[in-house]
Amino acid sequence: MSHALNDETAVAVAAKPKLSPKAKAALSEGKKAERRLGLLLCAPAILIMAAVAGWPIIYSIWLSLQRYDLKFPDRTEFVGLDNYITVLSNPYWWNAMWVTVLITVVSVAIELVLGMALALIMHRTLVGRGIVRTSTLIPYGIVTVVAAFSWRYAWTPGTGYLAETVAGGDPVLTEKLPAIMVVTLAEIWKTTPFMALLLMAGLALVPEDLLKAAAMDGATAWQRFTKVMVPVMKPAILVALLFRTLDAFRIFDNLFVLTAGSQGTSSVSMLTYNNLIKGLNLGIGSTMSVLIFIAVAIIAFVFVKLFGTAAPGSDGGGRR
Amino acid sequence: MAGIGGAVTTGRKARWTVLNVLVVAYALFPVLWIVSLSFKTKETLGDGNFIPRAWTFDNYAAIFSTTEFVRALVNSIGIALIATAVAVVFGTMAAYAIARLDFPGKRLLVGVSLLIAMFPQISLVSPLFEIERGLGLFDTWLGLILPYITFALPLAIYTLSAFFREIPWELEKAAKMDGATPGQAFRRVIAPLAAPGVFTTAILVFIFCWNDFLFAISLTSTESSRTVPVALSFFTGGSQFEDPTGSIAAAAVVITIPIILFVLFFQRRIVAGLTSGAVKG
Repeated sequence: MSHALNDETAVAVAAKPKLSPKAKAALSEGKKAERRLGLLLCAPAILIMAAVAGWPIIYSIWLSLQRYDLKFPDRTEFVGLDNYITVLSNPYWWNAMWVTVLITVVSVAIELVLGMALALIMHRTLVGRGIVRTSTLIPYGIVTVVAAFSWRYAWTPGTGYLAETVAGGDPVLTEKLPAIMVVTLAEIWKTTPFMALLLMAGLALVPEDLLKAAAMDGATAWQRFTKVMVPVMKPAILVALLFRTLDAFRIFDNLFVLTAGSQGTSSVSMLTYNNLIKGLNLGIGSTMSVLIFIAVAIIAFVFVKLFGTAAPGSDGGGRR
Repeated sequence: MAGIGGAVTTGRKARWTVLNVLVVAYALFPVLWIVSLSFKTKETLGDGNFIPRAWTFDNYAAIFSTTEFVRALVNSIGIALIATAVAVVFGTMAAYAIARLDFPGKRLLVGVSLLIAMFPQISLVSPLFEIERGLGLFDTWLGLILPYITFALPLAIYTLSAFFREIPWELEKAAKMDGATPGQAFRRVIAPLAAPGVFTTAILVFIFCWNDFLFAISLTSTESSRTVPVALSFFTGGSQFEDPTGSIAAAAVVITIPIILFVLFFQRRIVAGLTSGAVKG
């Protein structure tokens, strides 16, 4: 943490062993000042996060226990877990959940493979490294809605180049499974570069000597990859997987533009939005919000449990 | 980096070039397509050709003549800039404390901000919708700036504390020993070392705010605070029978320009910023 400060105090203590009680007092005075300054500097960030994230979460739990429909505000009352029963026994909710899980699993799996390839290219290419890295940042940076419109028009019969060539003039976005596939592709296009960058950070940690030694010992390229690179990169791979899984699970923008959730293609975020902003049903909307939060917490928990300390957050403050 | 077991031959270079071209094509194809759409005339918009047969600036002229788009652009720029400025200032303060000072609750703060970064944003939309309506923040700039800051702060703290850990802070002491005042030591030594990290973080945070759609569509209802991504999805064209495709494409290209500029000029920094926290995490 505070290398400089610790060294300083260590020196101070070592230099004046006789004055230890006094030095200790001065030290704790300094420590106190340091603590105060630390808390003071963090205060604005903590206050904002508490007010705009912490409090609303608690409030949404409260809202989820109410019958609260803005169209019928008079009928607002405390209903306990009724909303949860309503949502959890609703086929639309489970359909949205499966769609979300499907998109998450498929896109993250493909992104891992593609992202690894991209990371290797970015890391090892002999020519034009700057150009490759610059262009891969474009999908990462571009506004998701913009990219989604590009895909939508590409797949729209009559307007798009993909609709005629790949889909043979079929309106793919109006059928459930093809539409989900298109949404997944859009998601993969947009976020593979991010995955690749995180993986590239891991690749940079693989010692070149180790690869050379393995090559000398006759390891094939594939063996070098699986036996040398992957083990060293494991923490980076897990971080990338966790980040992307949680991110994919909240998919909204792409779906909104590409299908608007029609033909049963809603994700859980999309369904919540529709209930909340379109349906103005705050009670049900909040219930879904809480359920999504729980689902994300479970995913994160499973990651941390499965992969232990390699996952981020498990040792968040312990980085030096 | 000569690769393993082999000199750099023309053949290897050629192979890499092919791969690179594939990557560049992958990244640019959808972008070029929307650019192409934005330059198509009304008549050729539906021809499905990747390259426009007839070029026009009409779509751009059309969107810039509507208050719907211009207002949204002003909102987008204003909201993203303010949110970025605040998030970076508060983030810098917190990251400095996390990187250099010892205080209780530090681990908790890092943990909680990671949690927020991973948070499903929709979970915040329902309560914020209700809270902001109550406080009169719904459909205002502040109503969007606040959640943006909240989600940008973890990103800022995370990235900046990784950067700050790399700064050789001993230099500050050395400067003071050489007779510099604390102010001078900060201005001449620490600020120049910290500036690249702060700048990089500002870019990442700006991209995040610029990109947001969910909060913007849920917490606004009129032109007065709608940002461009949302305005885009409401474009309807001049009349019921007019196709908004050209306008949407042109507006999409306009809001892509800042991203392209960032990427072109600060590629190295953005890569460093995105990867800084990842490995050590």
